Amino acid sequence: MQSGLALGLDMVRPEADFYINELYPINFFGNTVYITTTHVCTLIVCLTILCLTFAARRAVLRAGDKPSLFATGVETVIGMLVSFVNSSMGKKPGKKYINYIGTLFLFVLLSNISGLFGLRPPTADYGTTLCIALITFVMIQYAAIRYKKWGAFTDLFQPIFLFFPINVISEFATPVSMSLRLFGNVLAGTVMMALYYGLIPVLFRFGIPSALHVYFDLFSGAIQAYVFCMLTMVFISDKRDGK
Amino acid sequence: MEINITGLIGAASAIGAGIAVCSGIGPGIGQGIAAGYGASAVGRNPGAKGDIMSTMLLGQAVAETTGLYGLVVSLLLMFVKPFGK
Repeated sequence: MQSGLALGLDMVRPEADFYINELYPINFFGNTVYITTTHVCTLIVCLTILCLTFAARRAVLRAGDKPSLFATGVETVIGMLVSFVNSSMGKKPGKKYINYIGTLFLFVLLSNISGLFGLRPPTADYGTTLCIALITFVMIQYAAIRYKKWGAFTDLFQPIFLFFPINVISEFATPVSMSLRLFGNVLAGTVMMALYYGLIPVLFRFGIPSALHVYFDLFSGAIQAYVFCMLTMVFISDKRDGK
Repeated sequence: MEINITGLIGAASAIGAGIAVCSGIGPGIGQGIAAGYGASAVGRNPGAKGDIMSTMLLGQAVAETTGLYGLVVSLLLMFVKPFGK
């Protein structure tokens, strides 16, 4: 196996599989593209979010005087998200961005912890994280142009015009660093788990990996989802307030 | 002596991956400093624990980026093998 050769370990079993597998070929304008593991896992995550949304809507609408446990939980989570956005963006602009930030947070969080359920996390594919970061980049630039008008362009020449290339590079470095941060963290967890399951004898595969799962999937995933949303909000607020 | 070029490239890639992962030293020190100052800030003002915690985590995550660049480079060298296909 490729990874066995690269690691110099002949004992890597086929289970040490963290590659993006090509599942189903599609002919796309003469090129062969593949439905990969990432597509399937993204679809599963999205369907899970959709089902949760419908269940939450139904539970909240039907909650009368005595809301069920699920409805209370949904209201708590939404209240936490709203206060999270309001506290870092301010109340009035926070109302506009709560939809995007909430969706982003739920998607990234569920993607990151989907490794617990045996999926390959969609965020461990650079395509996914780069797309999310590009959406954020467009929103940042839109906020800059909207709130600063021409100031968005003249800011590139601050403090003197010689800094123009550096400022442009620093603008474009934002999506690259954000996407690489999320991708690297999730991929590191995926690779570690795959190597653990691939290298360790069957006897040690019960019980012990739960601690690793708690760290790499739950803790790291939640922190990264939080950080990604927080950075999005910080950059947007920065463009909005920085006169 | 005959030199196996493929094996040489593989060995060089492995060494390069190992060197690239050394970039984890810097973020480790930085995160430790951030956590230390966070702990001292909580000790001075326990009421602001939530704010200190979120600020500390954000700063640590940003500081972690350079280490992750090294990690990504080493993973590329190990598993994607850009040189010597």
